Amino acid sequence: MTSVGVAAGRRTPKLSRSRTLGLFYGFLGIMLAFRVAPALSDMPRKFSFGRGPDALGWTFNPQAVTVVIGLTLIVFAVLSFFEGRARRLVQGALIMGSVLGAVMILVASIALSQSSSTNVVPLLVQSLKLGSPIALGALAGMWSERSGVVNIGIEGMMLAGAGIGFVGYALLNGGRGGASLYVAVVIAILAGGLFAALHAVLSVSFRTDQVVSGVAVNLGAIGLTSFLRTQVLVPLNADSATTLSEFSIPLLSAIPIFGDELFVAKPIFFLTFVLFGASAFVLHRTRWGLRVRSVGENPYAAESLGINVIKIRYQAVILGGLIAGLAGAQFSLETVGSFDDQMTNGTGFIALAALVFGKWRPGSVLAAAMFFGFARALGVRIQLLGVEIGGFGLPSQFLQAVPYVVTLVVLAGAVGRAIPPGAVGRPYKRPQ
Amino acid sequence: MNQPSPTSPSGTPARPRSFYQQLAPISVPLLAILAALVVAGIAVVAAGANPLEAYWALIDGAVGTPTRVARTIGRSTPFIGTALAMAFAYKAGLFNIGAEGQILAGAVAAAWVGTWSSLAGWPAPLLIPVVLLAGAVGGLLWGAIPGAMKARTGAHEVITTIMMNFIMFLTVAWLVNSLDPIILRDTEVSVARTRPLPSGARLPELFEGTKLHFGIFILVGLAALVAWVLKRTNFGFEVRAVGANPEAARYAGIGVNRTIVLTMAASGAMAGLAGAGQVSGADGFLSPGVFVGVGFDAIAIALLARANAYAIIPASLLWGALLSGAPLMQQRAGMSTDLVRIIEAAILVFIAGDVMIRYLFRIRSSPETATA
Amino acid sequence: MELSEPPVLEIRGVTKTFPGVVANDDISFTLRPGEIHCLLGENGAGKSTLMNIVFGLYQADSGEILRDGQPVSFGSPADAIAARIGMVHQHFQLVPTLSVLENVVLGAETVRRGVLQLGSARETLVSLSDRYGLPIDPDALVGDLSVGVRQRVELLRTLYRDAQILIFDEPTAVLTPGEVEDFLATTRAFVDSGKSIIFITHKLGEVLAVADRITVIRGGRTVGTTTPDETSEAELASMMVGREVSFTVDKGVADPGEVVLQVSSLAVSDDRGVETVRNCSLEVRAGEIYGVAGVEGNGQRELVEALAGMRTVLGGSVRIDGQDVTGRSPRQITDLGVGHIPEDRTRHGLIAGFSLADNLVLNQYHRPELSRFGVRRRQVIVDRAAELVDQYDIRTSGIAAPAGQLSGGNQQKAVVARELSRPLKLLLVAQPTRGLDVGSIEFIHSRLIDLRDQGVAILLVSAELDEILGLADTIGVLYRGQIVATMAAADAARSEIGLLMASGNAAA
Repeated sequence: MTSVGVAAGRRTPKLSRSRTLGLFYGFLGIMLAFRVAPALSDMPRKFSFGRGPDALGWTFNPQAVTVVIGLTLIVFAVLSFFEGRARRLVQGALIMGSVLGAVMILVASIALSQSSSTNVVPLLVQSLKLGSPIALGALAGMWSERSGVVNIGIEGMMLAGAGIGFVGYALLNGGRGGASLYVAVVIAILAGGLFAALHAVLSVSFRTDQVVSGVAVNLGAIGLTSFLRTQVLVPLNADSATTLSEFSIPLLSAIPIFGDELFVAKPIFFLTFVLFGASAFVLHRTRWGLRVRSVGENPYAAESLGINVIKIRYQAVILGGLIAGLAGAQFSLETVGSFDDQMTNGTGFIALAALVFGKWRPGSVLAAAMFFGFARALGVRIQLLGVEIGGFGLPSQFLQAVPYVVTLVVLAGAVGRAIPPGAVGRPYKRPQ
Repeated sequence: MNQPSPTSPSGTPARPRSFYQQLAPISVPLLAILAALVVAGIAVVAAGANPLEAYWALIDGAVGTPTRVARTIGRSTPFIGTALAMAFAYKAGLFNIGAEGQILAGAVAAAWVGTWSSLAGWPAPLLIPVVLLAGAVGGLLWGAIPGAMKARTGAHEVITTIMMNFIMFLTVAWLVNSLDPIILRDTEVSVARTRPLPSGARLPELFEGTKLHFGIFILVGLAALVAWVLKRTNFGFEVRAVGANPEAARYAGIGVNRTIVLTMAASGAMAGLAGAGQVSGADGFLSPGVFVGVGFDAIAIALLARANAYAIIPASLLWGALLSGAPLMQQRAGMSTDLVRIIEAAILVFIAGDVMIRYLFRIRSSPETATA
Repeated sequence: MELSEPPVLEIRGVTKTFPGVVANDDISFTLRPGEIHCLLGENGAGKSTLMNIVFGLYQADSGEILRDGQPVSFGSPADAIAARIGMVHQHFQLVPTLSVLENVVLGAETVRRGVLQLGSARETLVSLSDRYGLPIDPDALVGDLSVGVRQRVELLRTLYRDAQILIFDEPTAVLTPGEVEDFLATTRAFVDSGKSIIFITHKLGEVLAVADRITVIRGGRTVGTTTPDETSEAELASMMVGREVSFTVDKGVADPGEVVLQVSSLAVSDDRGVETVRNCSLEVRAGEIYGVAGVEGNGQRELVEALAGMRTVLGGSVRIDGQDVTGRSPRQITDLGVGHIPEDRTRHGLIAGFSLADNLVLNQYHRPELSRFGVRRRQVIVDRAAELVDQYDIRTSGIAAPAGQLSGGNQQKAVVARELSRPLKLLLVAQPTRGLDVGSIEFIHSRLIDLRDQGVAILLVSAELDEILGLADTIGVLYRGQIVATMAAADAARSEIGLLMASGNAAA
């Protein structure tokens, strides 16, 4: 899909983006300082890093902190109207504003909870763990889209990995662990790759609309995996299989405070970070990565330099599919030990959001995925603590919606612009 | 690469199209369905059953008795609305993948307005239109937002509508689930769903117990309206021009951004109307999960119908038939109802890769699509 | 130059057809070592197609290519690059988000186990840049560079691959006159270092300045090969266009009336945000044709689009019949009685997939005579289409046929028919006869003259100076976005206009 050429005639909006955002901050600041703060307790609360009363930490008065954050946001709101003079300062202030907003959510969640001290470490570690499948999915999408192929089929590729991998596991030895488990992970990876290959055949070779092709992948994966579940898994009664076991990384796991939480985990979790490091290196430092980037931006230029556009796109899309398959394995083979219909539950679409939010760059995409993981972890935490605002429970759906809302805000151009790879969405046709 | 501009002095007359080429708009979808049935048949064989038996049961389950036919039509009703939404936006070059969010927005708006206590005493001929209108407006708003974002910042509608889908899904989950405060939840039943609509807000059911309701006429009428608007009105001309060549549309004095917003709004309203129909007609209440997956189905249906408003009706009926025939297939042939999901996906794959179908069945593409 | 030396490249009898068009018809061509061989021809003559075949982007239907006397077959650009052929395309083949260095090495990377080794590439690039006087910042993002610098990147890229045969496709079209001079000097430096160059252009002056030999192509066929010493601009021009007098138009004396279009100090920017029209002022009177002469890329496109309401006006004003219309939408301007024949008919003027009938009302469909309460009046539209097809001799299989199926000439006739078939005050015309055959050109020209005689003000923009000289009553020279001189066509000397177009200054 080419973006419609509407840019040429656009006039500058009367209310600029930063001012719109500034107004929003102003409103938020007033609410925080004058409405929320008085309702909060002025008893000291503590963020601790580690367990026990002696752990390192930060003791604060929630009421005071809220007032300070509120007032700062109001200052930012005022600043945003002087955009013309101090552009950089205003931009910085606006970004700081969103960080402060996030801190506020944290402060509020703790201030409103019943206990006086909260250990932040498990929350952050949990964020990384919940962010990991999002990150892997986003990485899958990144490879595909950097080569110029839109991928809304990440969800399907993940689901295929989760389902087919688990079916393989159940057929191999009924889910009793051992080497079969690792073979199953490989099957999951290949299943993701296979659905990616379908996406590549449709969108690269047949030049189908890439969105349609992605939808076909999703529908196909939903259909095939639910079919396999009822036809294969239900008769086998395979529903509580042995999952990949945790292991601890020597030395790192001995780091005080967070070592035993962060560096004792399951393999695919660790692999997430390895794969991101490797992907960033391959994308920016290798010949193939350079070619992927060129093919995604200007395939005609690449072709005229003797690069086989079709081949590179196939490779990148399938590589993405393999990664998505691994992400799927994380659900069924690493975390849960069973397979349910549509168990990826939209993670592939949050991954897509992370990809856009991270502007298609590996480091930012990882950060975005982890931020979304944080939102998820916070949601779980708030449920557990029974946080209340104004006498009502804070609905968990609000935090679940954070990734989507944030991505929409980014797309609306409020905080920076998300510019996709130049050729993304456009089928490539070789001249003849 | 820049194509050389044609230099031949006189116009090259269009080659007469062969009989088969003229049939392609019909034959390709039919052959795609056939190919999909063959692919799914392989799955049936692999699962150790007889595909003919399974398919016969599927057909029997869908249209075997008048009640089943009614059930099939009832099942296909919402698809007509969402597929029309998809097809209409597609004509403007927009990929509205947000039908799922828009139908939900319409449904929740209808469920909300329909259970408003101040409207409770209204007579049905007044209340039903209000409920349906609420649904259309709900969908309209949920469609107009991505449209406005596309027009203002160029944010791609595929990404924004996906995000909007999830936001609406979570919003509805909250509205319907929340017990503290109670917003739309029906506290009389244990499952999460909205309070039932009063009978005065219900579209009449056509066959008792089949969920086939009067809304089918509204949606078939909507299909005719969409076809007419596209073909005969200035707005339809503008929509098609923006879809075919936005630069030329701008040259022609068409407000491209305005058309994008209006198209997405209209598209959302169609899906929203379908949602209101489901609440007011089929169910009488809204349960949050009822529309999961309809957005993707809408895409498949709209493509199967080649974005032709009338063709969407039989394509939707096919979807309804697959879904309502599946339980009997499971009962008789021991085949998972999820088989129909495989059939649907395979239809989409073969339609999407229609080059594949054309190759398999040796259908040549018509000249204008080759040069477009 | 040693004539007995075998050619480094020889093309024998190459034919290439696209659906409905013979782009190359039995073309033969030789390139000798160390020569600059100009390939001259009009737009659409088949030059680019031929070179894309040599470069492996297109496959010829028949004929053969010999490299150093050996028959070769290039299935893709990779094969051509391996044969040490480099090409600088008319539309740059650069990746804007990559750095200069990355663009240069792309496709010819030095790697160790797949990992890029950019250090040595950087040294090579810097030394090439010094040697040929092509300064460049290797780490700059290509997207941030100006057009002239981008071309430098393209040149360095072919040099980096050590190409011995360089193909330049219309290299000067996008350059400013100063950059053109530098560029021509650079090509000499290439030849001096032993490379051979194929230089594709349609500009006669450049050909005579730089070529060792000249081959003229017309309508996909070779017309002949000559040298600058043996020929003249006039002779080349007639070889190129195939007729002695191409643009002489039969017309009476103009009878200009009131000022219809008044442009004052207009400023407009192009798609990249570069202000290509600056402080541009001009006046067009009723009953006259005002011709805008200028080298392509001096702001013509942006000027016309701004006048038609399709581009944001950044400064200055536009008045039509004394009424300020600055910043109005295309619809508002059209409804004032302004016609617009756009430069690119397939991009703006027509919708290829729409029927001819719909295209004939493309910007009129909303008028009360064609629609009522937002509903289109089909019969009126069909009747009007039939009438225009007849009146303008548009050759088509029917008014329901998609416009994309018409030939270029008939497409343009359709645009002209639509724009001329309603009451007009002002007509904006850009490149009205580009790529058309003689018959269509004459037809369109006579229509424009008729319209002028009916008292319509016409603003004509054309890259063909002869077209301006033949049609216009008043000529304005557009140079770097500004009208630098205005003169009556009767007093205009071709050489003077040429100088003004090239330098903005008649005395230079």
